[in-house]
Amino acid sequence: MNIHEYQAKAILKSYGAPVANGAVITDANQIDEAVAAMPGPVWVVKSQIHAGGRGKGKFKELAADAKGGVRVSFSADEARTNAHEMYGKTLVTAQTGDSGKAVNRLYIEDGADIEKELYLSILVDRAIGKVAFVVSTEGGMDIEAVAHDTPEKIHTIGINHSTGCTDANAATLADALKLDGTAREEGMRLFKTLYQAFVEKDMSLLEINPLIVTKANQVQVLDAKVSFDNNALFRHSDIVELRDITEEDPKELEASKYDLAYIALDGDIGCMVNGAGLAMATMDIIKLYGAEPANFLDVGGGATTEKVTAAFKIITADPNVKGILVNIFGGIMRCDVIAEGVVQAAKDIALSVPLVVRLEGTKVAEGKSILEASGLDLIAADDLNDAAEKIVKAVKGN
Amino acid sequence: MAILINKDTKIIVQGLTGKTGTFHTEQALAYHDTQMVAGTHPKKAGEKWVSDSGKELPIYGSVADAKSATGANASVIYVPPAGAADAIIEAIDAGVELITCITEGVPVLDMVRVKERLDASSSRLIGPNCPGLLTPGECKIGIMPSSIFRRGSVGVLSRSGTLTYEAVYQTSMAGLGQSTAVGIGGDPVKGTEFIDVLDMFLDDDETQSIIMIGEIGGSAEEEAADFIKAESKKGRKKPMVGFIAGRTSPPGRTMGHAGAVISGGKGGADAKIEALEAAGVKVSPSPASLGDTLVALLNS
Repeated sequence: MNIHEYQAKAILKSYGAPVANGAVITDANQIDEAVAAMPGPVWVVKSQIHAGGRGKGKFKELAADAKGGVRVSFSADEARTNAHEMYGKTLVTAQTGDSGKAVNRLYIEDGADIEKELYLSILVDRAIGKVAFVVSTEGGMDIEAVAHDTPEKIHTIGINHSTGCTDANAATLADALKLDGTAREEGMRLFKTLYQAFVEKDMSLLEINPLIVTKANQVQVLDAKVSFDNNALFRHSDIVELRDITEEDPKELEASKYDLAYIALDGDIGCMVNGAGLAMATMDIIKLYGAEPANFLDVGGGATTEKVTAAFKIITADPNVKGILVNIFGGIMRCDVIAEGVVQAAKDIALSVPLVVRLEGTKVAEGKSILEASGLDLIAADDLNDAAEKIVKAVKGN
Repeated sequence: MAILINKDTKIIVQGLTGKTGTFHTEQALAYHDTQMVAGTHPKKAGEKWVSDSGKELPIYGSVADAKSATGANASVIYVPPAGAADAIIEAIDAGVELITCITEGVPVLDMVRVKERLDASSSRLIGPNCPGLLTPGECKIGIMPSSIFRRGSVGVLSRSGTLTYEAVYQTSMAGLGQSTAVGIGGDPVKGTEFIDVLDMFLDDDETQSIIMIGEIGGSAEEEAADFIKAESKKGRKKPMVGFIAGRTSPPGRTMGHAGAVISGGKGGADAKIEALEAAGVKVSPSPASLGDTLVALLNS
């Protein structure tokens, strides 16, 4: 689960991390008051969307030479003008796709006197099975580019679970970031604070880019991006409340209500599959036969008729879908349950696109006879190749 | 010979009294009399679990008690996600040699905690978020559909449950059969990686070829490729077919499995395919051609 920058900063602030003061805007009427309440001389107006690259992003509704999604303003008037111009517009960044994201929230922050911009993130390093810090003196820019061009400038420091972030770890990080004096002392404290927040809140990523050193040689969190481990949300009701559903695809949101792993894609063949690996492989084989998948959908191991029906409705709600491929290899999932769900759903929604069904595994004979007895106009497939070939042919033939 | 499990493996079920544990224990007992010897439940010590067919299993209050009473050397975990890490640690502390955690949805930081304990022990953990493992005709731990297996010569290992079934089914249809199939699981932090299982398959005389199924996310396939390359230089080498799921997956999205995500430009399918091909693994372009690709490789 992702949250907005202002929410991430509020969490970090609650742990004692140095974060600038700011105000969140959720309605254009709040802008003037928020700007007036801040001392200046610099106001930073930041679009709050769940995507990176905001600074270089462009607003769809504004002229091509208009400023981006993060604007530094040097007077209250300028800050107000910027905020009003940005609010409610659609921001397109390298990470949003062409359709962009609506800016329904802004964050207006006190500007900082930046001496140096650094990079810091905390993540789970799966290769070593530990939480790790990734730091670089090259902050404020695209870290993937830094990693590609100058890998020697990226330092990764793994933390032992039982000890947490030790003094020695903190000193290593401070060395890697070339901090000295006050900034070094504050930095070493900050590293421990951030580690504690990461672990206690079950974060999956905490990225501060940039972490700055001010002209007064103090450290400050200038930007913050935080994601949480979905599997751990059950023990963090406070975090669940931060979810902004307007940032999510409506079809994915609907799917999540039924505990279906669904991801909307751009193609025209809808897929319903059991198992994440097989669901990915089904998308791959559709592509191999020259078409594009409209979605990823794993109905999981414990699917019921109700869940399968819901999955069908979500798939067919996508106007791009010109055909559906159901691919089930029953292990825990029984083919007869899937077959009943498919029959029920096809009747409920008066299915009007070609449907190819491939069943294999547990209770496959029962599943096939349910499909046959239903009188549904579907295309049965013998194996995965056959299924992919048939659905692509059915869709292209339309 | 097969690897990891055989007819002598004695298994404790952690979470036997739940619905999932009960169902799959019935299935395992029905599979060539897999030796399911006991269940555990902290509050039900002394009770009995009775299967549909009338088979009784004793319930112990702890894994340690169950192990000392039955001489079990393995355990399988069906407890819900919130308790899975503690269940694994209990089995580690009891000295269980082979622990298999089927549970999906274990918080990743719980697994970081487990991993530290595991590394300091002599236990092996398979999973979590995995279908388990099966040696045809001898022993089944986990949830794989047993009807598709056939004893034979192919070692199967995979990060995905249903793609394991594809590989098993296709090698059965091709008449090759399997020595052992191991699902290592789809989570980012797990007990056993590809390299560990590859090492065992290379040592196993019965395993004459290997199918390895990876997917996007992380670098376990690249590490496996390095291992395969290094071992084959030493003359340890078996014909291998690979498949990587997720060539068409968009970056930044978690594709069902917690570990299946291309992040920061890393973990994409193409780099994995390239690494495996460079190590001499024949990568099948289609998940439907695993068996055919292996047959062609063996006949070439």
